[in-house]
Amino acid sequence: MMRLVAWGTLVLGCLYFLLPLLGMTEFSLKMRRGEYSLDAYRVVFADPRFWETFGYSLALSAATIVVGVVLVVPTAYWVRLRLPQARPFVEFVTLLPLVIPAIVIVFGYIRLYNTSSFLPLTGSAFGTDILLTMGYATLALPYMYRSVDTGLRTIDVGVLTEAAQSLGAGWFTILARIILPNVMVAVLSGAFLTLAIVMGEFTMAALLNRPAFGPYMQLLGANRAYEPPALAVIAFAITWGCMGLMQLVTRFAKHERAKA
Amino acid sequence: MSFLNLSHLEKSFGANRVVKDFNLAVEKGEFISLLGPSGCGKTTVLRMVAGFEVPTSGGIVIDGQDVTGLKANQRNIGMMFQAYALFPNLTVAENVAFGLKVKGVAKDRRDARVAEMLRLIGLPEMGGRYPFQLSGGQQQRVALARALAPSPRVLLLDEPLSALDAKVRVSLRNEIREIQRELGITTIFVTHDQEEALSMSDRVVVMNGGIAEQVGAPFEVYNRPATRFVATFVGTLNIFDGKVTGPETAEVAGVPVRLAEPVAVAQGARLSLALRPEAVHLGRKEGAEVVLPAVIQGVEFLGSIIRVRAEVAGSVVALDTFNRSDAPPPAIGTQAEVSLSGRDLIVLQD
Ligand SMILES: Nc1ncnc2c1ncn2[C@@H]1O[C@H](COP(=O)(O)OP(=O)(O)OP(=O)(O)O)[C@@H](O)[C@H]1O
Ligand SMILES: [Mg+2]
Repeated sequence: MMRLVAWGTLVLGCLYFLLPLLGMTEFSLKMRRGEYSLDAYRVVFADPRFWETFGYSLALSAATIVVGVVLVVPTAYWVRLRLPQARPFVEFVTLLPLVIPAIVIVFGYIRLYNTSSFLPLTGSAFGTDILLTMGYATLALPYMYRSVDTGLRTIDVGVLTEAAQSLGAGWFTILARIILPNVMVAVLSGAFLTLAIVMGEFTMAALLNRPAFGPYMQLLGANRAYEPPALAVIAFAITWGCMGLMQLVTRFAKHERAKA
Repeated sequence: MSFLNLSHLEKSFGANRVVKDFNLAVEKGEFISLLGPSGCGKTTVLRMVAGFEVPTSGGIVIDGQDVTGLKANQRNIGMMFQAYALFPNLTVAENVAFGLKVKGVAKDRRDARVAEMLRLIGLPEMGGRYPFQLSGGQQQRVALARALAPSPRVLLLDEPLSALDAKVRVSLRNEIREIQRELGITTIFVTHDQEEALSMSDRVVVMNGGIAEQVGAPFEVYNRPATRFVATFVGTLNIFDGKVTGPETAEVAGVPVRLAEPVAVAQGARLSLALRPEAVHLGRKEGAEVVLPAVIQGVEFLGSIIRVRAEVAGSVVALDTFNRSDAPPPAIGTQAEVSLSGRDLIVLQD
């Protein structure tokens, strides 16, 4: 009886998620009257703005991942090594982006870095890109920090650090040659999450008026009928692709270790 | 001036004084063990030498150079840890090469040195493996090779054998000692296993509560313990109540004996007299000063040695006899005699 209820709930939950997806996918295939076709996808892929915004967001995700890794790996490492008592505090700080809406962050940015401020980042396209990258890095912080911190838990940070130090290594060598390679799987899963977040982000890019994928999706959605669901399916495919890659990387690493 | 000098080292964590006025002079090529119970500050002394802890006061001089203020990565000291200190992402060869690479040694010289080190530890074929593909003993050998590869001035080992099983522990400790002799590297070895300390070292430092109670050769520490703690911590002891009757004479269980050395204790003072198990003989021994009746209470057959517990003059005494195939061990409950001599007595003063 209990099993039946459990299965029933599971099926209901799946339907709740899958039905809209199925409906959307089905609708995206109905551009041609009376038959299923991939016309909507063809139109989307033929739109140069799709490729422009897609490429832009991809480039910014890469930048965000680099910033995130450079920021998070040394921080999480240092907290584990020297400030274990500060961990709850640091965790709280990394969680703030989940609590504070992106719109608040971006308004703060615009106020702080507008053209008449001490650091007029919004004055140029490149400056705004930097600002947007920082904003994305903030949004991705909770995920990146958590996954790197979990990765660090699997190695003895203190002993490895001291072993490297006694062999003459400085902080940069320790981080680059010992710590980072050992948390690479965690960094990659953080990176894929970051990619998924950045590809779909709308608020920041729109308010900073940059040609990102999120605002493009919104624009298309407001003006067309069949293309937006096609685009949504594409976005889902990207996200799920990322999650699949994450699984793959984790599986691969476990496989490596299981050989022991 | 010795090669490695620790003078008046002190270390406090908050109000907790963990190392107190620690002095040690180590000659070049010497193998020194720090021996003591858990929490006595052995690791802390070692970590100060390595540069992982800053002494509260005192100084560390290596080969005439004051290194007290130097960072760990500037000291050129090799360190081997208890376990799991190999870099998991690097192969055995890369682990051994790490220190050389950091130093900027050219690739061909590095490879030659790695091959030499792997041969030294008897694992010449294992260069391509990852640490998780090695047994615990092999991992520790690689850790030794890694520590030795950059030719450090001093080698520090913090209980490197304690995570291994007994057989591997004994063979590896002999191997470590051989390699140490071959390279002539000045070594400090931390252990709480007295057998390890006594069998491996040129000199042993017995520590208690952050203090070096005695520094001496294993033979000396075992046979002439300087303090009551050293006497009881190193080896097994049988303690009798005794009475000093003269400058070099005492009384055990009412029988007068001659001591090996004069004691600075007032005549008539009561004190504890101790005997190692191997100094008490089962049966009547030729030339023994004291022969006492005993009742056998327990027999432990250890192979080449038989450890017997016997009740003598109201207290239980442990004594060791060699196994002989023609003389089976005594049965429990039988009457026997034990003999002992004054020159084997260790006088314990408080
Ligand atoms: N970083 C630290 N902070 C506070 N106290 C410490 C620290 N390191 C060591 N201690 C304390 O110093 C004392 C000595 O520690 P140490 O590790 O030197 O002992 P040990 O002789 O190596 O013992 P063991 O045989 O258990 O390894 C212990 O009481 C320990 O609690
Ligand atoms: Mg210790």
